[in-house]
Amino acid sequence: MSNQIIQGVLLGGYYALIACGLSFMFSVMRIINLAHGSLAVLSAYALWWLASRFHIPPFAGLLIVLPLMAAIGWALQRFLLERSARGGALLPILTTFGLAIVIDNMLFEQFGADTRSLAPFIGSLSYDSWEWPGSIYVGKLAVIIFLIAVALLGGLQLFLSRTGLGRAIRATSEDPDTSGLVGVDARRANAVAAAIAMVTVGLAGAFLGMRATFDPYAGAPQLLFAFEAAVIGGAGSLWGTLIGGIVLALAQTLGAQVHPQGFLIGGHAAFLIVLFVRLSMSGFSLRGLLHRPSRSAS
Amino acid sequence: MSFLAVEDLVVRHGLLQAVRGVTFSVGRGETLALVGANGAGKTTLLRAIAGAHLPSAGRVMLDGADLTGVPSHRRVAMGIALVPEGRKLFVRMSVEENLLLGKTAGRPGDWSVDKVLEMFPNLKPRRHARTGHLSGGEQQATAIGRALMSNPDVLLLDEVSLGLSPLIVDRVYAALQGLINSGTTIILVEQDLNRALSVSDKVICMLEGRVALAADSRSVSRDEVTKAYFGLHRQKAEPA
Repeated sequence: MSNQIIQGVLLGGYYALIACGLSFMFSVMRIINLAHGSLAVLSAYALWWLASRFHIPPFAGLLIVLPLMAAIGWALQRFLLERSARGGALLPILTTFGLAIVIDNMLFEQFGADTRSLAPFIGSLSYDSWEWPGSIYVGKLAVIIFLIAVALLGGLQLFLSRTGLGRAIRATSEDPDTSGLVGVDARRANAVAAAIAMVTVGLAGAFLGMRATFDPYAGAPQLLFAFEAAVIGGAGSLWGTLIGGIVLALAQTLGAQVHPQGFLIGGHAAFLIVLFVRLSMSGFSLRGLLHRPSRSAS
Repeated sequence: MSFLAVEDLVVRHGLLQAVRGVTFSVGRGETLALVGANGAGKTTLLRAIAGAHLPSAGRVMLDGADLTGVPSHRRVAMGIALVPEGRKLFVRMSVEENLLLGKTAGRPGDWSVDKVLEMFPNLKPRRHARTGHLSGGEQQATAIGRALMSNPDVLLLDEVSLGLSPLIVDRVYAALQGLINSGTTIILVEQDLNRALSVSDKVICMLEGRVALAADSRSVSRDEVTKAYFGLHRQKAEPA
């Protein structure tokens, strides 16, 4: 049993990593980015292309791909999301949904339907494992992903609470009008936040490609897991996202234990239960789902 | 010698014309009091000077530079700070974080968190408390401190005494007196006429988006201001 729990927690680290950008973008910019999974797959393809064409190993490839993802995030905010956000809360959701379709089909056109993986380019790391006491074997890659997820979430938390730019981003998310009046450039703060979110998406895509396979339409399931982890953890809270990822993974592991086909069902069930409990606590209003439970007003 | 000048300013909220052709100027180091009934356009005028509303006509000039199309965050960098009506603090952040946000524009000057806490000693024990949990007086002190952190040349104060007990209002104005003496240019909106007249050099009374009376605070009588406040001066101009 302890083996399943440990594997589940490690898998939760991966879910937290893919949910990180989604949760960050929602908490800071109030945008639900439905292109999240597709953008992660885009990053995985970029790394695969660099590795197969130019023999750049994926970890080195990140040095090229992550700045590119940051630039994509900046441009996305400036040219797409900022404009669509002016049309109300629903429009950015539709915009990113359309963007997901565009990305998926563009990848399909470029790379075809073949399933790819980054595993062949990282040597033995894709299958190596450590033996922990009690003859439990944990995958090296899984441990690395978990540690990176924790470091990333912790780093983002520190960035938001300790730096001037982080404060400016939080102020903009709370009240863009007043943040302008105290000297914060709200457009810049949002563009920086989008760039940071896309860097985390790029990382998530890299590890998606290393631990499993992907194809042009692999974005949607990734979005689903990210969304479930973010909602279970309480949308908008970074540490909650880690908890959410772990809960989702444990539920999946438990589901698989009950029945060989129960892996996905277990995760969805946990998601629905959390959703139902939240809804009933907020008096069945949708508003309570999206906003943090404790929001003090002046 | 005008430092801040507003020329024929017109500000609209959709179809509503809140400010209708207002012109006035303030010299460096002067204190101007804006009075007027609710809905007279005082808050809109201050927000337009701070850049939160873009005017549909007219200009705002600071020290000879035209600010009309400049967004609010750049105006902070140019030395205009607003203490907004209702304080508008970031309630999920601490007092210290709110104050530090005021420094974002990066204007040189000697205001610091410690100096603000010295000016408002009641904030000292609340330094790391979320501003959503503060009392009205503590919130107002934080809002004023946040504006001061940008080291402004022009400080715009919108109803800083609103919702505060008389004792706290005295304390806030005692702190403001120090600023007035230090040569900061101040435009303040104040409902208490006696207080408005006693702290200011000039007074402007607004009525329905227009300047009904502009006068010297020392020489103007309470009666004149009251008449302008209620729009009685217009009838007086007609022959009886």
